[in-house]
Amino acid sequence: MSTLAEILLNGLSLGSVYALIALGFVVIFRATEVVNFAHASLLLAGGYITATLHDDIGFWPALLAGIAGAALVGAAVEFLVMRRYRGSDHSVLAIVTIGVDILLTTELTRRIGTDVIPLGDPWGDAVLRLGPVSLAHTRIAAFVAAVLLIGAFLLAFRYTSWGVAMRAAAESSETAALMGVRLGRVSLSAWAVAGGLAAVAALFLTVFPTPGLERATSLAALKAFPAAILGGLDSTTGALVGGLLVGVTESLATGYQSDLTFLGRGLGDLAPYLVMVAILLIRPAGLFGTKELARV
Amino acid sequence: MSENPAVPQRPTAPGGPLRPESDEPAPAGLRPPSGTRAPGGRRGVPAPPGRRRARLTDPRTYVRAVGVVLPLAFPFYLDRFWLQAGLFAMAAAIGAIGINLLTGATGQLSMGHAFFLAVGAYGYCVFAADGGDGLTGLGLPTWLAAVLAVLVAGVAGGLFSPISGRLSGAYLGIATLALVFIGQHVMFNAHDLTGGANGRDVPPLNLFGLTFDDRELVVADVPFGSAEKLWYAGLLALLVGAQFARGVLRGRPGRAMNAIRDHRIAAGVLGVPVARHRAAVFVLSSMYAGLAGVLLALVFQRTVPDYFGITLSLDYLAMIVIGGLGSVSGAVAGAVFVSLLPQLLTRYSDALPFISAPGTGGIAPGEAARFLYGAAVVLVVLFLPGGLARVAARRRVRTEPGEQ
Repeated sequence: MSTLAEILLNGLSLGSVYALIALGFVVIFRATEVVNFAHASLLLAGGYITATLHDDIGFWPALLAGIAGAALVGAAVEFLVMRRYRGSDHSVLAIVTIGVDILLTTELTRRIGTDVIPLGDPWGDAVLRLGPVSLAHTRIAAFVAAVLLIGAFLLAFRYTSWGVAMRAAAESSETAALMGVRLGRVSLSAWAVAGGLAAVAALFLTVFPTPGLERATSLAALKAFPAAILGGLDSTTGALVGGLLVGVTESLATGYQSDLTFLGRGLGDLAPYLVMVAILLIRPAGLFGTKELARV
Repeated sequence: MSENPAVPQRPTAPGGPLRPESDEPAPAGLRPPSGTRAPGGRRGVPAPPGRRRARLTDPRTYVRAVGVVLPLAFPFYLDRFWLQAGLFAMAAAIGAIGINLLTGATGQLSMGHAFFLAVGAYGYCVFAADGGDGLTGLGLPTWLAAVLAVLVAGVAGGLFSPISGRLSGAYLGIATLALVFIGQHVMFNAHDLTGGANGRDVPPLNLFGLTFDDRELVVADVPFGSAEKLWYAGLLALLVGAQFARGVLRGRPGRAMNAIRDHRIAAGVLGVPVARHRAAVFVLSSMYAGLAGVLLALVFQRTVPDYFGITLSLDYLAMIVIGGLGSVSGAVAGAVFVSLLPQLLTRYSDALPFISAPGTGGIAPGEAARFLYGAAVVLVVLFLPGGLARVAARRRVRTEPGEQ
């Protein structure tokens, strides 16, 4: 029983990190209708900046630098690449992001090499014991940080003029532009926000019990794709639910691995994708996604 | 007929790469046919697929003939390195034609191509091996094993049809991403079938008593090893695959596919069975991937699971974007570019600036190649919609103004 509780709590924490990444993904999609396949490399960029700077300037400034850096990279991608596309077909831009991803990931993995770089976080491997249940401090920090960030984001989305502009652009970009919403700024800020959220997620994907930032971190970040898809690409609620669902499933599959040996080792890494396929079979637009309506 | 008048369908206008003009003279997409080059293609009636008479006065006929005949001589002049590089390019070209049918011509984004390549490669091993190394092997004749491997890849694609027939766009892209991870999981864990992380040996192909291995056979004073012999098998597979895909694209299925890409609902209203076509194209594309996998396995002589990862899928997408979405020649051009680039850079890394040997801290050739084609993907989409194939087509338009 205590194992189950531990697994569920860890899963929620992991899921909230996935939700952070998926949220950035959804924000970009809602603001610009572009599916950002370069998201994992934004995350890697944020993590890398934090990892290289924390020795010199301390952890918290390094984290801020990582967030700012990833936001800057995201904004730069939008400004230098996405904005140059003059056509109207958004699936083309999805392919451009694949090109961007190849570029960024190659450079970052080249820099990281075969190293495993710790991020110098203050939590270390400390563990909190609540009766029979023990939980790593990092997991608690991840959950709290994710909840705070997501809450702040949702409030901003709802009440600030930036959020209104964002939602207006998602509703109908043409009308929004006619009403004076500057679409360029909306999409620039969407990319920057997504980059920042990804950088925070990078921190929590690489702290204890994970050894540190390595090449494979971007593979872990990829699991936010199924999270965003199974929730529904255009739904922020979907991103949160999807993230939690993916996190808990992964945690369960990893936790009960010994009972599932007939399915092979490393099932945890596979679980998010299996859940996604199962859900897409039943609901092709994801759990909360709007069904595609088309006027003919 | 075009439902979206905002996207000009004239060949000289910059359409988006997902709505490319075919470089084929026969009509592809919703463009009215150009009657001069397709006899019987007047008044909107498509030319019968593959039935254009080659004209002896047309210089392109000769260019094509040279393009087919010249590679036949390569094994007599090139060394093993170039032959292997060429074989990789051929295998990549076959796989790229497959994904171009799916992503380029039908507009279905697939990131799972690597999975079907793996099915082909491992399928061949399982069918052809004699079980001598303790792994499952059925010991079938190798040609039969190759055919069965391609069919199994098709079946795998068909099993995915509940998803591939219903989802599109990013949903399909990420759903197919799942295939890559499921595939890798199986490859690492189904030890009896795949040999686990170490992979398994590939039995050499045997056709009509000729074994495609390194036992030397001397033809016209040139020793023929596996690369030389496979060269012809690969060339044949590529030619057949390319011709078949051309036929598909030119005929009714091709028009239906382009209609689905351009406007799914309009296609459905016009009577195209959309879900069935999408599932069918997915199967066909998987079979191409399977064939590419078989050929790759034969060239590598060993299959390892690490190779068939997400990177490989992205490589294939890069190929068709660089080459040109939706056309066979584009797929081949892109495949040659993406698969030869790392090999060329490795070979000439000493002579090139900025590139150093792997592990010395500089930019290794493999990385330099990835930089180049990552940038190529971005630049092609932004500034050269239609890819390499369109450049050739545009030139053709310029030199032969009467043709269009």
